[in-house]
Amino acid sequence: MKKTIGLFTAGALVLALSACGGGAPAASGSGGGAKALDQLVVGFAQVGAESGWRTANTKDIQAAFKDANIKLQFSDAQQKQENQIKAIRSYIQQKVDYIAFSPVVQTGWDAVLNEAKAASIPVILTDRAVDSKDTSLYKTFLGSDFVAEGKKAGDWLVADSKAASGPVNVIQLEGTTGSAPAIDRAKGFADAIAANPKIKVVASQTGDFTRAGGKQVAEALLKSHPEATVIFAQNDDMGLGAIESIEAAGKVPGKDIKIITVDAVHDGMQALADGKINYIVECSPLLGKQLIDIVKKLNAGETVPARIVTEEGTFTQEQAKAALPDRKY
Amino acid sequence: MKYLGLAFSNRLFWPVVMLVALLAVNVIAVPGFLAITVNSEGHLFGSTIDIVRNGAPTLIIAVGMTLVIATRGIDLSVGSICAISGAVACSIILGSPNPDDPGVVGVAVLAALGLSLLLGVWNGFLVAVLGIQPIIATLILMTAGRGIAMLITEGNILTVESAPFKFLGSGFLVGIPVATIIGAVTIGFAALLTRRTALGLLIESVGINPEASRQAGVRARGLLFTVYAFCAVLAAIAGLILTSNQTAADANNTGLFIELDAILAVVIGGTSLNGGRYSLAGTLVGALIIQTLVTTVYTVGIPPIATMVFKAAVVTAVCLLQSPTTAAAIGRWRRRSPAPQPVAKVAVSR
Repeated sequence: MKKTIGLFTAGALVLALSACGGGAPAASGSGGGAKALDQLVVGFAQVGAESGWRTANTKDIQAAFKDANIKLQFSDAQQKQENQIKAIRSYIQQKVDYIAFSPVVQTGWDAVLNEAKAASIPVILTDRAVDSKDTSLYKTFLGSDFVAEGKKAGDWLVADSKAASGPVNVIQLEGTTGSAPAIDRAKGFADAIAANPKIKVVASQTGDFTRAGGKQVAEALLKSHPEATVIFAQNDDMGLGAIESIEAAGKVPGKDIKIITVDAVHDGMQALADGKINYIVECSPLLGKQLIDIVKKLNAGETVPARIVTEEGTFTQEQAKAALPDRKY
Repeated sequence: MKYLGLAFSNRLFWPVVMLVALLAVNVIAVPGFLAITVNSEGHLFGSTIDIVRNGAPTLIIAVGMTLVIATRGIDLSVGSICAISGAVACSIILGSPNPDDPGVVGVAVLAALGLSLLLGVWNGFLVAVLGIQPIIATLILMTAGRGIAMLITEGNILTVESAPFKFLGSGFLVGIPVATIIGAVTIGFAALLTRRTALGLLIESVGINPEASRQAGVRARGLLFTVYAFCAVLAAIAGLILTSNQTAADANNTGLFIELDAILAVVIGGTSLNGGRYSLAGTLVGALIIQTLVTTVYTVGIPPIATMVFKAAVVTAVCLLQSPTTAAAIGRWRRRSPAPQPVAKVAVSR
């Protein structure tokens, strides 16, 4: 890692010197000098189109590249690692300047990333991380901090239940078992609610990040845990499913059962504005602009931090009403 | 004692015991589990209602699968057909200016069923005319089908806001979930059609020996076409219920692995994969066991990481109890000891 950074700083120095001398930046590949932006080619290997969030992510990235006038080679892996690896290999063969991708799973990337490294094509991870000991395989990881998201959700509940006299019982709807967002959001949430011993997670089951899953799990858990007054859904879709089962149980979502979710996609924000969800922690899919910034910085020979956290906020019901008309997704 | 013996020899005995045992576990975990109340909107409400509603898609597919398996075939493409029918219906509803019009939803549903019928006929053609082994023939559509669904949805998840369409998956008719009614009508229709006529017998004869039954005057080819087409249409109905329940067509995930659940339901119900005999009542019990198992995981609070292992353990237990070898062992053991003891031990010690 140190070596790479060293190389990069050297590159940046050379560039700075040549710039001082008034020479035009030389187009000498990705390692050394800067290319004109319209000469750059970036390969992006997307996971797929499995959710509204992902579609918004794809659209934002494509739009950002168009605005920046940088050529984008885009591929959709339909949620299969083998497809993503194939796409990355083809980018290496096409000798693109940068490769960006959202790894569908965490492991199994070392071989193909080493090929990219051998071809000296810098790799940028977006949205999801890879589980590899060799951090020199990629330049940076741009994405959300899932632990912080869970923590924000927990913090709101702690603040909200300050006045509560009795215990606050929470049902947690987890994401896909073993996925990074599911593990990290649960961890952040548990850390935050430890601040108030009255708050207790009485049941936690996976709803697979889907609406149907959230509905079915909430349906069963609300019956086996009638004492629960809060549902923490690790994404909007499961929260929306839970709303349906709360209504079927003759209770009022947002009042009898408070709902906290993560993501802030359009349908979730609508439900928040309608008062059916109480709080949403944003997990922004709009990574395009930040990705362009990284590409520009690397192209100019600057170094980028190994971890870049997406800028994202939180929404209360009032904020949702105000923000809803301008939401892109 | 004589009745007990009869009960033991019935192939439905162990599946029913398993279902009752699963329900008992739930009642112990949540004492009010079996309670059914009527909620403010006049809908039946309770965990058992959830089971028969959420289990309906698997049941509907399993009914079709039962008949296919009875002909010594198998249909792996049902999950993909689910995705295709949902995609077709949602894209038609989204494409119309008035998604709340029951007429539009009617057209969408008919189009989805029609296309699926064609796909079923294609499966039947591969199996009956070209003589390709069913597992390979339907594997083609299983893999290609999701691609077709992706083409229809253009890779997006199509979210549909349409009241009449939503009614299919989450609506209620005279207090009973619509999905449950569709499931009940399906299995009732299949039972009447095949057991009140000679059709069931003919299907079984094809399963035992297609060539012999052809020479005996049974139109084996036509029968195969019919069962595959019927199975595909049922898969489409299940796909519409699933899609309507999640209010979105998801080409990648709708009905994913439902073919395996359906085959499991059929096998738990005592239908042999070798063909030649089938039990729709068994399939019903099998589908209920699978859905109750899912609910049990939630009610008892089994950690998500251990869910798969728990399900595998239950299914293994059912299969062990049903296997002829175990049955023979139990029979020997029962003859030795006058009163039947808990049998689980036998299954484990083998």
